[in-house]
Amino acid sequence: GCFLLLWYNSQLCESNECSFIFNTYLFPLQGAGQDVGRSCILVSIGGKNIMLDCGMHMGYNDDRRFPDFSYITQNGRLTEFLDCVIISHFHLDHCGALPYMSEMVGYDGPIYMTHPTKAICPILLEDFRKITVDKKGETNFFTSQMIKDCMKKVIPLNLHQTVQVDDELEIKAYYAGHVLGAAMVHIKVGSESVVYTGDYNMTPDRHLGAAWIDKCRPDILISESTYATTIRDSKRCRERDFLKKVHESIERGGKVLIPVFALGRAQELCILLETFWERMNLKAPIYFSTGLTEKANHYYKLFITWTNQKIRKTFVQRNMFEFKHIKAFDRSYADNPGPMVVFATPGMLHAGQSLQIFKKWAGNEKNMVIMPGYCVQGTIGHKILNGQRKLEMEGRATVRKLSFTFTLTFFLLCNLDVKLQVEYMSFSAHADAKGIMQLIRMAEPRNMLLVHGEAVKMEFLKGKIEQEFSINCYMPANGETTTVTTNPSVPVDISLNLLKREMALGGPLPDPKKPRTMHGTLIMKENSLKLVSSEQALKELGLNEHQLRFTCRVQLQDPHSDPDTLHRIYTHLKSVLKGYTIQHLPDGTVMVESIVIKVSSSAEDPNTKVLLLSWSYQVTFLRC
Amino acid sequence: MKLYCLSGHPTLPCNVLKFKSTTIMLDCGLDTTSVLNFLPLPLVHSPRLSKLPGWVSKDGTINLEKELKECAGRVFVDSQPEFCLPERELLDLSTIDVILISNYHCMMALPYITEHTGFTGTVYATEPTLQIGRLLMEELVNFMERVPKAQSATCWKNKEIQRMLPGPLKDAVEVWTWKRCYSMQEVNSALSKVQLVGYSQKVELFGAVQISPLSSGYSLGSSNWIIQSHHEKVSYVSGSSLLTTHPQPMDQSSLKNSDVLILTGLTQMPTANPDGMLGEFCSNLAMTIRAGGNVLVPCYSSGVIYDLLECLYQFIESANLGTTPFYFISPVANSSLEFSQIFAEWLCHNKQTKVYLPEPPFPHAELIQTNKLKHYPSIHGDFSSEFRQPCVVFTGHPSLRFGDVVHFMELWGKSSLNTIIFTEPDFSYLDALAPYQPLAMKCVYCPIDTRLNFHQVSKLLKEVQPLHVVCPEQYTQPPLSQSHRSDLMLELQPPPMPYRRCSVLNLPFRRRYERVYILPELANSLVPSEIKPGTSVATVSAVLHSKDNKHTLQSVPKPPPAPPTKKRKRVIEEPPVVLAPKPLLSGAVPLEAFLATLQKHGISEVKVEETADGHILHLQAEDTLIQLEEDGTHIVCDNNEPLRTTLRDLVLRFLQKL
Repeated sequence: GCFLLLWYNSQLCESNECSFIFNTYLFPLQGAGQDVGRSCILVSIGGKNIMLDCGMHMGYNDDRRFPDFSYITQNGRLTEFLDCVIISHFHLDHCGALPYMSEMVGYDGPIYMTHPTKAICPILLEDFRKITVDKKGETNFFTSQMIKDCMKKVIPLNLHQTVQVDDELEIKAYYAGHVLGAAMVHIKVGSESVVYTGDYNMTPDRHLGAAWIDKCRPDILISESTYATTIRDSKRCRERDFLKKVHESIERGGKVLIPVFALGRAQELCILLETFWERMNLKAPIYFSTGLTEKANHYYKLFITWTNQKIRKTFVQRNMFEFKHIKAFDRSYADNPGPMVVFATPGMLHAGQSLQIFKKWAGNEKNMVIMPGYCVQGTIGHKILNGQRKLEMEGRATVRKLSFTFTLTFFLLCNLDVKLQVEYMSFSAHADAKGIMQLIRMAEPRNMLLVHGEAVKMEFLKGKIEQEFSINCYMPANGETTTVTTNPSVPVDISLNLLKREMALGGPLPDPKKPRTMHGTLIMKENSLKLVSSEQALKELGLNEHQLRFTCRVQLQDPHSDPDTLHRIYTHLKSVLKGYTIQHLPDGTVMVESIVIKVSSSAEDPNTKVLLLSWSYQVTFLRC
Repeated sequence: MKLYCLSGHPTLPCNVLKFKSTTIMLDCGLDTTSVLNFLPLPLVHSPRLSKLPGWVSKDGTINLEKELKECAGRVFVDSQPEFCLPERELLDLSTIDVILISNYHCMMALPYITEHTGFTGTVYATEPTLQIGRLLMEELVNFMERVPKAQSATCWKNKEIQRMLPGPLKDAVEVWTWKRCYSMQEVNSALSKVQLVGYSQKVELFGAVQISPLSSGYSLGSSNWIIQSHHEKVSYVSGSSLLTTHPQPMDQSSLKNSDVLILTGLTQMPTANPDGMLGEFCSNLAMTIRAGGNVLVPCYSSGVIYDLLECLYQFIESANLGTTPFYFISPVANSSLEFSQIFAEWLCHNKQTKVYLPEPPFPHAELIQTNKLKHYPSIHGDFSSEFRQPCVVFTGHPSLRFGDVVHFMELWGKSSLNTIIFTEPDFSYLDALAPYQPLAMKCVYCPIDTRLNFHQVSKLLKEVQPLHVVCPEQYTQPPLSQSHRSDLMLELQPPPMPYRRCSVLNLPFRRRYERVYILPELANSLVPSEIKPGTSVATVSAVLHSKDNKHTLQSVPKPPPAPPTKKRKRVIEEPPVVLAPKPLLSGAVPLEAFLATLQKHGISEVKVEETADGHILHLQAEDTLIQLEEDGTHIVCDNNEPLRTTLRDLVLRFLQKL
């Protein structure tokens, strides 16, 4: 398990040099290395501090399940240290510590999440609270009222809406797939930006669409990497495989258990089985363990705009979340004879109804359990997937793994022989290696940071990313400090006169071989940077121009009259200085560009002429 | 910056804004009031309509009895109804880059623009606007195609003939440009060009302009638009509402600091209070039902109907109407009711809270569940067998010229027990009823228009303070019928710039600045100097790169080093040496300090002479004059370059460089 705390700093130096310094602290909670635990990242960018997700770790039941907020401040409330909190989706490893943080540690600032997350998150939190406090009798935990108070601080976030948290900090949410309402978020301060993906999925499934982001070129892309090395075969194949297995088991009279979490994968698999049953005209019953399920389906109906395109298009004619073949489960059905398919919660077989059914059916080799998602270490799900065939049911030791859906008490203290077929189907909606690469291609980040994954797998992916995109990829390990320097350009307001003059000279396309130089004066006043012509700068600053002129006296012998001498000089210069503007003015002067030439003869000797050459400091093209 | 006004209808606008090399169409409203000049399209054969006498001019010279029919003293065109399109000749519509849609009522002309003008751009709209707009278009097409009319009347449009026709046909404008309804294929093609946007989403157009929709509070997904660059801001305000109905409240503060605010879509019923109208609607409805009559409500399939149903949901029980059937008949009735429930993000706070429970945001879900409200695609099919009277029927089209409403007019018009209640403000109810006269049924006019009234808009403008306001000319004078009501017009300082159909306005805009990005390398090389407290300046010499309307400044590349060997004889073309120009100077040279500096540099023999404007310094040993004045310094010497350079540098020490 790990808790990731990320400090990410940037400042605009006086000379407009910008740099990011960002330190990553990783606090190991269990053993070493990264694994899938809880997410809570603190990003500091352009002087703003943002907390990304506020998850709890499902593997602990003491203080360690919550992030250690004393890393932010030792003395109490967090409000003045955080500019905002953003929650990516409703899974408890991303939002489970939110009421603890806001109500028990103390935070009154804005919390952002999407509408579906805002709707579903408090229900899961309350469920989780009930199990922990009411069933297990734990104290020092948040109350129902705290969940409500916490949710009052939530500001709903719409997809693609640019939310101005304050004058400098803006955030924008993108569709992430993963679960209903999951979002990726782009955080921007000035010209520096970070993208945080939360959990995401790059391939559309039966109920959700694929994650998408525009070419926002963030300085850093923080991506989850749960399936860092897996490159999964096509979704269709997996689905066919799944249906084949279920079908075979049903045909031979077996019972199929599919442990799921109430929201998310469950709906996808229900749609899959529902259409299969319809097509094959199958009669075996499909059950869904009650609890959150009906409510869950209702959320899917009301937030249909968050599902995939096909469902959205046809929802008026046929709402995919109204199932004909799938009925509510009652615990007595588990002993019914004959084949059946049961979806039961929770998903990792660590407690509740799914575990009860598992124990009933484990002894019969005709039966089957299909694990459709990732299992945390220590859960029964994890054990059987690793091929363990004899399980020690230690009662309380097992229930310590937290569930947010069902009852936990059971009294088995015996060995359990697992005879039923165990199948693993990766339906969990995380991006695989291909998906992560695809996202990098979409967003074009300057630096990459992998979190929420296992160290060995992340190392492999890091290599691939650095090779393919030639960008730095960070994989914050325990206590490591990373420094990333970025070089944002400086936005300046240029006077349109100056710009147009320049564009008119050069035409629209600059010629790389013949760079043309433009000149202007940059005025820095308060927070504004203005680039204007020097003349305008003088005017704007209310300054008088100081003329610096030079006059040079040159003597020469010439017998002609003064006007004639001047004219001869004019004719001579004309023939020598090609390409310069040379004028003979009626007031008795010759001008070469802006250099003035006058002639006078000395009083004593009319043949000795004095040539006066006069030019201003700004003249650069001739040296006299 | 120019504004081309293609529609004169103040609530169905269509304007084109040219701003920084982009051409942006603001809304695409279709003026449907033209259909009032046509005979209704009955769903089933109507003996009454088919028996109407044809029209012949009084002197008998013009005989158009095939095209024109007379009913109760008015003449109607017997043909497929036609619409008045936005102006198409004022500018080349194929040059339009983007079309911004503000709400689903203001997009009905979209297929005419996107399909037949060579348009290749993008249309921007919110998701509810797109979905509900699609339903309304689908309904319109369905209404027209369900009762195809072979005849297409054109003779009456002849200028010479039209002049002789009785009003209002005589006064109809631009009749030659009127067009029949588009097909579903054109609708689909037009809508495939829509790009969805969310409120406050910032969309870059060609790097030059940024557009962003804001909630306008009028209908599901309705928006106002901000069109801005780094230094200029245009606000486009279309149908907006400050009333708390179902949509998300209006975002007012984002309209602040606009250079120009284009104001359209104010209420068409400035004297009718929507709440009062709603009360009247309910009491008239109840009265008719109690007396055993039927109630007909001609309405659009989305919008105010949601509020009417919500109002009735609360009213039904208290008014003892629990057993009265309510019917909603439209080819898109079901879709409209279903779609209204899935746009939680676009709803007002109260309705959002219901979704979190999770419950459907609109109570019509419960009305449907309890069988109090039934919806049918048309009067044919199930409806004809399940239909019970007395009842309340909601159906379209509000013009009474096509759709299922025509049938109910024929069915119920003859009985004074029945009532028709007009709630939509788009059509004059007297004109709408004209082809049905004489009529026995009661008529109640309760137009519900939640858009901004003049009082609200002047308060809003005071708040957001745009530099200039542009609006349809109708808003700059009181309505014709109430010419004494100076409160029913916009009074602003400076006065608003009025437009009418075919106007081209030059918007008062002075662009002075543009955004440019200084690349880090160049930024690092700049040397700022403080010129007065808090203000620094630095001279910049850089290479300008402009790409996709984005400008960047880079350091001047160093000239490539000369080739080291000159073995081959080749004329090397000298690149023109780019000398940085000398900066402008500012300040003055103080005499004493300058003399001291001269002394330090070994120039001690100086004769100072006072003049009117300053001093003349005579450097006797060097035979050089330096004229020091407040705003100038003049160095006069013989051809002695080193001396001049030294003196120049000494003078420069005292001056600021810009």
